[in-house]
Amino acid sequence: MPISNQTDFSSMPDERGHFGRYGGIFVAETLMEPLAELRRAYEKYMQDEVFLAELDADLANYVGRPSPVYFAERLSRETGGARIYLKREDLNHTGAHKVNNTIGQALLAKRLGKTRIIAETGAGQHGVATATVAARLGLECVVYMGSVDIARQSANVYRMRMLGARVVAVESGSKTLKDALNEAMRDWVSNIDDTFYIIGTVAGPHPYPAMVRDFQTIIGREARQQIQQQTGRLPDALVACVGGGSNAIGLFYPFLEDADVAIYGVEAAGEGLETGRHAAPLCAGGSGVLHGNRTYLMQDENGQITETHSISAGLDYPGVGPEHAWLKDSGRAEYVSITDEEALEAFHTLSHKEGIIPALESSHAIAYALKLAVTMTPDQVILVNLSGRGDKDMHTVAALDGIKI
Amino acid sequence: MSRISGCFAQLEQQNRVALIPFVTAGDPNPDLTVPLMHAMVAAGANIIELGVPFSDPMADGPVIQRASERALKHGTSLRDVIGMVARFRQDDPNTPVILMGYLNPVEVMGYELFAEMAAEAGVDGLLTVDLPPEEADDLLDVLHPEGIDPIFLLAPTSTEERIRRVCDAASGFVYYVSVKGITGSASFAIGEVAAKVAGIRKQTRLPVGVGFGIKTPENAQAVAQVGDAVIVGSALVSRVEALAGSTDEIAPAVVELLVAMRRAMDLI
Repeated sequence: MPISNQTDFSSMPDERGHFGRYGGIFVAETLMEPLAELRRAYEKYMQDEVFLAELDADLANYVGRPSPVYFAERLSRETGGARIYLKREDLNHTGAHKVNNTIGQALLAKRLGKTRIIAETGAGQHGVATATVAARLGLECVVYMGSVDIARQSANVYRMRMLGARVVAVESGSKTLKDALNEAMRDWVSNIDDTFYIIGTVAGPHPYPAMVRDFQTIIGREARQQIQQQTGRLPDALVACVGGGSNAIGLFYPFLEDADVAIYGVEAAGEGLETGRHAAPLCAGGSGVLHGNRTYLMQDENGQITETHSISAGLDYPGVGPEHAWLKDSGRAEYVSITDEEALEAFHTLSHKEGIIPALESSHAIAYALKLAVTMTPDQVILVNLSGRGDKDMHTVAALDGIKI
Repeated sequence: MSRISGCFAQLEQQNRVALIPFVTAGDPNPDLTVPLMHAMVAAGANIIELGVPFSDPMADGPVIQRASERALKHGTSLRDVIGMVARFRQDDPNTPVILMGYLNPVEVMGYELFAEMAAEAGVDGLLTVDLPPEEADDLLDVLHPEGIDPIFLLAPTSTEERIRRVCDAASGFVYYVSVKGITGSASFAIGEVAAKVAGIRKQTRLPVGVGFGIKTPENAQAVAQVGDAVIVGSALVSRVEALAGSTDEIAPAVVELLVAMRRAMDLI
């Protein structure tokens, strides 16, 4: 019997933030009451018609929603298999799905009377999306970013500064996204009276995984209608890349009860799972506790978090949202991986065939969709979340081609 | 009665406050930790808090973060730390030792194995910074039979209801975090600490330790007038860091500060 006939997916998480054995609240005592305050506010405003109307208006007029679903005909013909449709989150203001969430959380911050916004960022997309909404609402904004990521995403660093944010280089640990998250947590615990922490993915302590998911499900809710309008039915498969997993859960969630829709989350295999140099905790990690929740992690036998590797900074994270951990264990979603090399090839293929330059993160989803399509027939449909555009990756890709721009 | 409760009972009879130093195990190298623990006891420490290094110490300031990094360079694992306690116990059967760190190393080792090994080595308490009582049931179930006290934090943000819940789950003592911040933060306001500790005492008969931001003998003396234990971490770890290149001088420098704190605390 398909799992979705037994499981009520909309009941997750429980009131303390558990998705099965994952999720929860694993933070120092100082943050327990601020998290409870945030949870109360989030529960209240997600039922508040004035708040929801303001959110909808911003998503329409500022972000540019709904984003289209596009039939990638030439790309599909390439495979000879299933028809591939793209949910164009790359067309959002600031160039990725991240803004869906930052708009929502920033409106909450305003309601809570907070004057200062902090965020962590890896590729810089969440940092840019946060700096953008902070500028618009007149809130002070500080973004923590690992110094390694600052070096490889300098264009986004400049964009954040242009928007009035202060970008703080994080020099501790591996100097990447996980360390930026640690530093943002430290800032939050030190400034809880006036500061709102906008987490960029479906990780962190409850209520973040549920709250970020709820703001991102606009992707799946729109796509579910759009794909039915265009094809007359539900898709056979969904594909999205998974770092922390916010774009993926945003697409997947409204389809969880549709047992006939196969769901694939694509992790970063980096230089290959067998090399250990990857960022695929669901495919090759184990259960543990980090950043406020229990989930799958990349860690050694002593419980120390290990360094990750991916060509895309946005997937370069040793954990994953707890709901994905639970979807994996429950069997409702399948998690697979794509190497740097495969993602790069897909990056070029989509650019050439469709005139769409995808983010390196989203290129992982495209690469898997191309593999999957070959195994399917032209009457079948794959819906891919094109979570972001590739402008930010020009330097990375050019450097790999030996070109300096 | 656990070693920790016994220690507090004895100090109460003497009308003294406990001095609890924190150092990170394995910092700057694993061979120095056990001798440093003995030196701290000789300097007047009543309980030792031994930091278990973790790759992602979210609640710690830069000083203890770097201590973790130095210890991890030598591969100091939770098993190694438990081994250090066992060696310490060979020469000191009395001084309570608390392990302080983050949940993941304990989670990955497995709660039951941890409790068994730690109890056998002579560990008396466990403080996992990122484990609030709400998530602690499974761990408490294995710590209790082994006689290991679960130590929990209270903070300036803790409501009355939370103070009650935390004190219900805790044994040995409760640890009041004096500031809204991370370890090594700027100093606390003693008036606010006194008020909050008084509020905690209304909810529990457990001893109340106070830590975070205690840097000087004067700080220690002020806190000794409101709490049952003075917990000192970053101020000691900074001394370890400053002398990481000349390790012979570490113990004397740590002892110097502890002796001065002990003297100031005993003057009240």
